Amino acid sequence: MTIKSEPFVVNLGPQHPSTHGVFRLRLTLDGERIIDADMVMGYLHRSMEKLAEERTYTQNIPFTDRTDYLAAMTGNLAYVIAVEKLCGIEAPERAQWLRTIMCELQRIASHCVAVGIFANDCGAWQTPVMHMLRDREKVLDLFEMACGARLTLNYMRIGGVSRDVPPEFMPAALKFVREMPKKLDEYEDLMLENEIIVARSRGVGTLTPEQAIAHSVSGPMLRASGVAWDIRKADPYAAYGKVDFAIAVGTNGDVYDRFVVRLAEMKQSLRILEQGLEMMPEGPVHAQLPTATVQPIDQPVAPLAIRPPVGEAYGRIESPRGELGFYIVSDGSPAPFRFHIRSPSYINLTPLKLMSVGATVADAIVILGSVDIIVGEVDR
Amino acid sequence: MIRPLAEWYDLRDIGNAVGALLEQIEDWGAPEWVPYVVSGVIGVLAILLWTVISVLAFIWIERRVVGLMQNRIGPNRVGPSGLLQPVADALKLLFKEPVTTHNADRVLFWLAPVVIFIPTIVVFAVIPFGERMVLADLNVGVLFLIAIGSINTIAVFMAGWSSNNKYALIGAMRTIAMLISYELIQVLVLLAAVLFAGSMRLGDIVAWQQDYGVWLLFLQPLGLLGYVIAGAVEMNRSPTDIAEAESEIVAGYHTEYGGIKFGFFYQAEYLAGFAIAAVIVTLYMGGWTLWGVEEWVPGWLIFLAKLYGVFFIYIWSRGTLPRLRIDQLMAFAWKFLLPLALVNVLVVGGEMLLWQEADLSSGEALPLFGVINALLAVALIGGWAWFLGQLRPERVAHRAILTQEVGAIYYGEAAADL
Repeated sequence: MTIKSEPFVVNLGPQHPSTHGVFRLRLTLDGERIIDADMVMGYLHRSMEKLAEERTYTQNIPFTDRTDYLAAMTGNLAYVIAVEKLCGIEAPERAQWLRTIMCELQRIASHCVAVGIFANDCGAWQTPVMHMLRDREKVLDLFEMACGARLTLNYMRIGGVSRDVPPEFMPAALKFVREMPKKLDEYEDLMLENEIIVARSRGVGTLTPEQAIAHSVSGPMLRASGVAWDIRKADPYAAYGKVDFAIAVGTNGDVYDRFVVRLAEMKQSLRILEQGLEMMPEGPVHAQLPTATVQPIDQPVAPLAIRPPVGEAYGRIESPRGELGFYIVSDGSPAPFRFHIRSPSYINLTPLKLMSVGATVADAIVILGSVDIIVGEVDR
Repeated sequence: MIRPLAEWYDLRDIGNAVGALLEQIEDWGAPEWVPYVVSGVIGVLAILLWTVISVLAFIWIERRVVGLMQNRIGPNRVGPSGLLQPVADALKLLFKEPVTTHNADRVLFWLAPVVIFIPTIVVFAVIPFGERMVLADLNVGVLFLIAIGSINTIAVFMAGWSSNNKYALIGAMRTIAMLISYELIQVLVLLAAVLFAGSMRLGDIVAWQQDYGVWLLFLQPLGLLGYVIAGAVEMNRSPTDIAEAESEIVAGYHTEYGGIKFGFFYQAEYLAGFAIAAVIVTLYMGGWTLWGVEEWVPGWLIFLAKLYGVFFIYIWSRGTLPRLRIDQLMAFAWKFLLPLALVNVLVVGGEMLLWQEADLSSGEALPLFGVINALLAVALIGGWAWFLGQLRPERVAHRAILTQEVGAIYYGEAAADL
């Protein structure tokens, strides 16, 4: 006797506890096995790229907070680097170091969420994520000291940063850098050594180095596959050329290695922070900008707008999720002619089908968690 | 042997008071069925009252304790320290509209919460809360437990199938697969415990442990392990909350249930937890006895303290452990626990044969059996894990490689060298 069976389509999302926002995954299942996976995107599309073409270069900085809302500092930085390249401005030394420190703090905050939520996806009912969020709060407190905001920071400016850090920032940051390694060791012991986490994530969602490169994957996901590629080292920006740190690399390219790499990267970030806090020079935090004072009649923009020369520039940095790039074309007006975001979340999602076909439903959730998407950045 | 009735005010065993009442009724010349019905009604009301109070209390305890584990406060607004939060939640569930989903199988959809609720209450009928505090002192109590415990499966499948929801269906399929596998293990480990005690009556098993002054968990470490794990599966708690895996299939088989129907599922889950804890306490931890302390402290208090202690372990595991995947859990049942449980039954059978042949009824061989079984448990668990390849290097945790070389590619073999 044969039992009639047929594949079964399940919509994971857009409203689902663990799709990290409003991401939708159409899974075709054969029992628990996935035989096909379709990504449906666009539920959080806010037309950022088009909106940015109507605003001045400075007005666009808040948009970059809201694409990757867990890593606003890196979003800011990638954009201002692109505009600085376009205008040929160089930020002062102290601003460069402040940018480095803020980006590394942001990386720690973002990886805390990534690792915590990943454990949550594995089914560790809220406990790891609550502990990780506790540590992220400390970073957010530091951000609040520096710029008044906790999430959408709007701290970087074209040619520097919005303001210098207050005097109480340095001791607080040093305290954080001293306390954090103990916590990280604890997380490594509790989570990486956990038998169930190992069983759930080892050999799941494997991506070979060749596949990862072919899909243009970047960030911790690429490094977990064994490719030692980090823009902080390959194309140093801000003050990364002056600090000593290592690239954390995995070897198996599975979910477990992505998790391992993120935890190791947090330790490297602490190393950078330690050096940065020590080596930061005194000085101005903002460069003089070439501004035009004439307001054009047809564009209702601020009178003191930055008008980069005609041309195009691509600024890229290593955001917590991978290579974050801003491609900006200027036609000489106060607003960009074309504004494009190369968002790592979006591009890291491309091999999702490759990774999840043949796995089970439970694996699909863990794999999606390991990509560490921010839907605000995927849909923009 | 059950001791004669004490005075009615002897609260070490509430059975004394009830027994005195029944004797009084007999003295009044009532027909024979009256004391029978009265004792039944008293028992049912007592169990219902206890379950309701315990569930409400433990909802609060669990939320506060897990809150502490998760570095947050937990409910603290309704009543002193949030003590009335469960009551408020229950009232909210009562007043919510019972929604039936579109295209649901209405009869099954309405029936499932009831069907799941009844067996979880009925289980407590055979549990001896004290020497005389057992509602139905069945001579096949263990069999009754197993039989009633498997009714859950039907209710879960009714809920999952009837709600016309794919998550619910996946959850129901997972539950069936899990419960069937783990019921087998439950039966085998309980069989070993029954072999020791020589009776299926739960009261006799407690009495046996009291007589020899030893808890069965010292003689049956492997059995206890199997039962604790099978129990976690049956009550759907982490790390085996696969049937309602929140991060995967939303809420599993009760995704579409709201209001008091969800409340029934929720309470059934708690009661299943209490039932498992009660069985563990009765079979492996000496029930209401505590090496003579029961002469001074009411036995039912000892029993409840042990029960809540065991249940606390499940709360703890929920606050700490991640979830297994369904295939891993099934493999664990069939490849790991089942062979171990079979060997356990074999060993206990051999020991019992020796016991009878050599006439060791005074119990001097029990320490020896305990040591043998403990060593056997360690050896079997370690050896079988090694045999199944659970200790291979690629299954063991590792750390990231740190490098300065931009663009280098590290292939998987590098992990083996580390």
